Parts: sequence; C-alpha cells; structure tokens
Amino acid sequence: MAAMPEGSAVLDFVGHYLVPGLVTGSIYALGAVGISLLFGILRFAHFAHGDVMTLGAYLALSLVAGLGWPALATIPLAAAGTGVITVVLDRAFYRPFRRRPTIISVIASFGVMLMIRSAVQLIWGVEPLEYKPGIEKPLIFFGQLRIQERHIWMVAVTVALVLALHLMLTRTRMGRAMRAVSDEPDLARVAGISAERVIQVTWFIGGALAATAGVFIGMDSQIDSYMGWNLLLPIFAAAILGGIGQPMGAAAGGLVLGLIEELSSYPWIGDDPLISPDYKSGLAFAIMVALLIWRPTGLLRGRQF
Amino acid sequence: MDTGTILYLISLATMAGLYAILTLGLDLQWGFAGLFNAGVAGFFAIGAYATSILTTPGSEDRLGGFDLPIPLGLGAGVLLSAGLGYAVARICLRLKSDYLAIATIGIAEILRLILRNEAWMTGGNRGIAGIPRPFEDMDQPWGELCFLLVVAGFVVLLYVGIERAWHSPWGRVMRAIRENEEAAEAAGKDVIAFRTHVFTLGAAVMGLAGGLMAHYLKFIGPDATEPILTTFLAWVMLIAGGSGNNRGAILGAALIWIIWSGTELLTQRLPSDWQTRSSYIRVFLIGLLLQIVLQRFSRGLLPEKPPRPGGGKPG
Repeated sequence: MAAMPEGSAVLDFVGHYLVPGLVTGSIYALGAVGISLLFGILRFAHFAHGDVMTLGAYLALSLVAGLGWPALATIPLAAAGTGVITVVLDRAFYRPFRRRPTIISVIASFGVMLMIRSAVQLIWGVEPLEYKPGIEKPLIFFGQLRIQERHIWMVAVTVALVLALHLMLTRTRMGRAMRAVSDEPDLARVAGISAERVIQVTWFIGGALAATAGVFIGMDSQIDSYMGWNLLLPIFAAAILGGIGQPMGAAAGGLVLGLIEELSSYPWIGDDPLISPDYKSGLAFAIMVALLIWRPTGLLRGRQF
Repeated sequence: MDTGTILYLISLATMAGLYAILTLGLDLQWGFAGLFNAGVAGFFAIGAYATSILTTPGSEDRLGGFDLPIPLGLGAGVLLSAGLGYAVARICLRLKSDYLAIATIGIAEILRLILRNEAWMTGGNRGIAGIPRPFEDMDQPWGELCFLLVVAGFVVLLYVGIERAWHSPWGRVMRAIRENEEAAEAAGKDVIAFRTHVFTLGAAVMGLAGGLMAHYLKFIGPDATEPILTTFLAWVMLIAGGSGNNRGAILGAALIWIIWSGTELLTQRLPSDWQTRSSYIRVFLIGLLLQIVLQRFSRGLLPEKPPRPGGGKPG
C-alpha cells in the first residue's frame, strides 16, 4: 500500500470502508428506529423485528419476480405490505397481553419470530436468493473512486425516511400523540388519545422501515431466511446506543455502529484488518456490553429498558 | 417388542430426560426468579464443547482431546457454564429483564461465531466427533438403558434438590424478589446477589444438559447450538409444562419432545419433497403452540403452587 500515491489510498478508504459503512449503518438505522419506537410505545423489546426485515425482503423478491420491477421500486409496496402484516400480527399475538407483564409479550415475540421464519422457509425455501443476478458497473468519481449507484440510493432513501419520521413525530397530530403515549402514557390517556390507534400506526411504521432495510440487504447482496436473525444483535445494539425510546438517537446509533463495523476491518495498524471480518458481528455485541456496563441509557440519554 | 422399538423408546426417553434437565435449568432462572434467558443455547454449548474437548482422544485438527474421564469433562463443562452465567448476571442483572434477554442472545450468538470460526479449538464447522458415550461397550439395549438411567438419575437429583431449595428460606426470598422486588429489598435482602446465585445455578444445569447431550449424541457441531433446538424448544417446554413448577418443567419437556420427534416420525413417511417442507411446518406449529399456551393456558399444564402458609414441614 505504501507504493500507492496518497490520493488513491484515501479514495480506497472511502470506496471500500466509508461507503460500505454508511450503507450498513443505514440498514441498521432503519431497523433500530422501529425497535426504539415500539419500545417507547409498548415497553417491550420486539425480538421478531429482524424477521420482519426478512419478511419485507422476501415480499420484495416476489414483487420483483412478479412485476418485473427493479428492487428499489418495490420498496413502497413491500414496506406497506409488511407494515400491514405487522399490524395484523400485533392484533393476533401481542394485543392479548397489553395488560400483562411486558415480558410475556417478549416471549410471544419469540414465537412470532419462529412463525415468520418458518413461513418464509416454507414459501420461498432456504437457499439464498438474489433480486438481480450479475454484477453492476459502479459509478466512477474523481477518476478512481468507484461507488455503486444503489449505495447512493440506499443512503439517500434512509436519510429521507428518517427525516420524514422526524417531521411526522414533531409536526403532525399523530406524531405528537405517539410521543405523548411514549413519554406520559397516563396523561395521554386522560387527554383522550386512543392508545390502540397510536399502537397500530407505530407497528405500521416499524414494520415498513424494517422491510425497507430488508430490501436494502437484498439489493446489496442476497437474502436468506436467517438474514433478520443475524441482524437482531446489531439493531438492538444500535437502539441502545442511541438511547431506547429515542427514534432519532436509534438512527444515529445505527449509522455509528455500521461505520464502526466496516472501519474496524481497515488495516489501521500494520497491513492486516484491525478486527477479522469473521467477527464483525461480534463487535456490535462488544459495544452493547460496554454500554450496558457503563452507560445503559445510551449516548443520547434515552430511557432504560 | 423387537429391539428396534425398545431402542427407539429408550432414545425417546433419554432425549426427553436431557431436555428435562435443560428445562429445569431454565425453570430455576425464569420460574423461580423471573430472569429471562434467551441464550440457553450458549450455556448448553459451553457444557457440550468443554466435555467434548476434554474427554475425546487426541486429535490434530483441534484443541485436545485430552482423553480425560467423562465425569471430569462434565464437571468442567458445568463449571465453565456457571462461570459464564455468573459473568452475564454481574453485567445485566442491575437492568430490566429485556436487557438480560438481548445480552444472553448476544452471548449465544458470539459463542456460535467462535465455535464456527476458531477451528483450531473446536474443529470449526466439522465439529467434534467420536465423543465417548458411557456404557457404549455393553450390548444393545443394555448400554442405552444404563445411559438412560444416568440421565434419569440426574433428573431426579435435580428435581429433589430444586424442590428443597424452593421450600427453603432461600427459595422464599427468591419468590419474594420475583413478586415484589422493592418489598424484598426493603426487607433487607440483597436482590442482586440472590439473582446472581440463581442465574449462575441455572446456567450450571444448562451446561450439564449440554455435556450429557454431547456424550449421548457422540457428536457436537456448531449447528447443535442452533437456537431453535435448544433455546426455543426449552422455552416452549417450560411454558407449556408450567413455569415455577418443577414437575411441570419435566412433564413439558417430555410432552413437547414426544410431539416434536413424533411429528418427525410422521413426516418421514411423506414424499421427500414434502419432508423438507414439513420440517418448517413443524417449527411454525411449535411457534403457534407457544402462542396458544401463552394466551389460553398461560400457567401451563401444571401451574405453580404457592406453598401453603404454615403448611409443609413442621417447625
């Protein structure tokens, strides 16, 4: 690497570490926002969230195959479909436990996780699948910096969605109701806010964002029935990093975590990756443990679980 | 009955017994103390791998084996699993239960990553084969029967031990903490210390289950720590049987294992295309069964019985 001119080393860093970090971070952010929102409203850790991502990715696969659309264009439909399914799942499997200890809902979410995953395996099989076979030519910037067009889309869509969610939470009636239920549930009830309506909207948003993240994974590599399960740890770590119950914090936490994961395999010291890529997913866990020990409220001082 | 049927029944009972041990470990943590462990697979794996590495004959492909006696291997597995449980408890028990859940999932997944990647130690994806099974030199079905008796002995031992603990002052404090943490704390009980003890004990029992399972199956690979077969099955067994009731835990383990392996027997008769599909249907149904039990029979088949005040032993 020393033989290369300085400029290309920087571009190599941007192309191979920084951009993938932003892409991974976007995927984590979309998942973590849902976890954080749902925890704020329902006060339980939704462990089936990773598998909701899987479901969204496979719905998009069927849309790509059925309609012949590019994966990116299927996102609105796949996200809406997944959102509706999560609302239905809530009605069937979480709503009966609203007045019970929240840990019962956590157990129920394990059952939902198994059911989603085995349904996906039954319908689409267990072999990894791709939206579009073949390799796409990257866009070239500054003569040498190669960036895949889809990566630009993924980061842009994530930023747009997170901004839209922020505006929704701060400017609209429903958004304010959601924040009220999250921050002061008793006051919200007294003020006549329908908690069930808020819960439905929250599930829809959480499911739709998770599905979008799932489609992004499929656009970037391939999808398989365990993809969501493998993402569960990082998205929870991101949600804790950002402070539970703070959607914007969760988005930031996802981005930071994605960057840390990708940048950790950069040869910062010597010529070898700092941390072997095999253990990338272990890093999220290590960060989470460190947070649990020293700062369980997260960097942005959210609530504790 | 022909030998095949007898062997099948023995294997069914042995597996049910092994799962009963695992479920009793979970019952200690969840049924007694309300501690949510979602990483049963991790503690199971530690016990299984520790004894496998220690008791197998030497191999160049991985660490060990050290050809040590089986009880020594099992003991080491139990200790390591307890140590891991202690560490997790120290970090997470100050926080709400959801944190414990995600941290235990994390431990289990990291362990799976290590088992898969560190081939110098664990044999990687190939796993560890040739794990000795006690009594395997004996004729069929006597060797299998002896192993079943050992497993049954452990189940009885654990059952009696846990029941005694449940009715002891220690057990009363545990329940008090589970029902009302603040009140127990106000009564001067060190809530964190009690929880740490019970979590560590539960982890030790899970390690024992893992170790025995490794000796029974004679092979252990990273897939054996697959959460569906350990964590989720143990949870369904405990919830269906009745958490907080040790007999319930054992009954749940036996019943769910019979359903689980019985449906496998059924689906083997299907054409091969449907065989693979039906394994997903089985997992789906286990998930659905968990939901139905949670919603309709939330206390399980044998609900927890609060000890009668003043009842039981005099004095």
